[in-house]
Amino acid sequence: MTILTFTLIMILGAFLAGFIGSLSGLGGGIIIIPLLTIILGVDIHYAIGAALVSVIATSSGSAAAYVKEGITNMRMGIFLEIATTIGAVCGALLSTIAPTSFIAVLFGLTLIFSAINSLRKKEEHIVLESSPLAKKLKLDGTYPTHDGEVVKYGTKNVLGGFSMMGVAGMMSGLLGIGSGAFKVIAMDNIMRVPFKVSTTTSNFMMGVTAMASSVIYIQKGYIEPGICMPVVIGVLFGAMAGAKILVRTNPKKLRIFFACLIFVLAINMIYNGLNGKI
Amino acid sequence: MVQEEKFGEKDFQTIIGNLLRYGVWISLSVAFIGGIVYLIHNGNQIEDYSVFKENDRNIFEVIAAVYNGAIQGNGESLIFTGIIFLFMTPVLRVLLSLFSFLLEKDYLYVGITLIVIMIIIISISFGFSH
Repeated sequence: MTILTFTLIMILGAFLAGFIGSLSGLGGGIIIIPLLTIILGVDIHYAIGAALVSVIATSSGSAAAYVKEGITNMRMGIFLEIATTIGAVCGALLSTIAPTSFIAVLFGLTLIFSAINSLRKKEEHIVLESSPLAKKLKLDGTYPTHDGEVVKYGTKNVLGGFSMMGVAGMMSGLLGIGSGAFKVIAMDNIMRVPFKVSTTTSNFMMGVTAMASSVIYIQKGYIEPGICMPVVIGVLFGAMAGAKILVRTNPKKLRIFFACLIFVLAINMIYNGLNGKI
Repeated sequence: MVQEEKFGEKDFQTIIGNLLRYGVWISLSVAFIGGIVYLIHNGNQIEDYSVFKENDRNIFEVIAAVYNGAIQGNGESLIFTGIIFLFMTPVLRVLLSLFSFLLEKDYLYVGITLIVIMIIIISISFGFSH
């Protein structure tokens, strides 16, 4: 296959990954890795590098809008970035020594976990009273709704959320993904932050988290320009197309369909990883 | 009476939002131009990505090599320049937040932001030890 053919196939595949990633709420990075490794036979290290680059592009792009609207809790984001960046550096260092099969199996398991998590029913649970530590760190906040109303919310269990964020950062550094599923669990389920705030703040944090591991990736040669360029462009436009459709359709049925698809990809990753084919 | 406009959090939200947006578009434009150049020169070659070639270059060597290549109009280096710009966007965002907290005199968060910056610097300096 010539580079030109390969590039065109990758742009198409990455577009699809960005599209599915945005509709399923899983993010494009997590879908691009199995696509590159299983279908196109690219080494998993290059796939991880390209996924990380696309994570930074899509998260910064969408975070821009939410920050302007004032939904993102920037204080919370920056505070939790301490945990995610430390985790990311550890994860990236670990990825340089971990055997490929281990990374493939771990990735497969993360994929299954994220797919199940995307199907979980989300209940809104706003707490008004913050825990003492959250008060000290000024982690409570407000966000505007569609009708211009301002909703106040408090934050609980800061240390629990902080630790979970460390895990999220480590998965991000190890696998080149945004690990939105872990971040949302930390903020949603543990810290009790409203769903709208937790998703946008998680998005806001991804860029810095990914950046912390990117330096190690660059030094180790994970970032291959010939792969990154078509992947970033494809994923970004795919995500934009997905976001447009998301506004118009009910994603419930789509979500189930994509979760099944992702499940198959995950099993494939684990199988290939165990057989040493990745 | 003249009402003095305070430069507050809202303004920073707008600035940070714009930084993120334009950062992404500028980076991608550079990478895209690099991609076109790369395909024009190398499009007919065959590259095997199925085997990982591990590097062990520190970040400053990589950046120097990319800079030299980009000046000569090398496609791959231009793509890499775009990617480095992309990586710089969140770093600039952190620096901007530091500035914002300083103006607000929120020293607790000045400290927290400095810790994040320190971790990023440590991650860069891992390049020296390898």
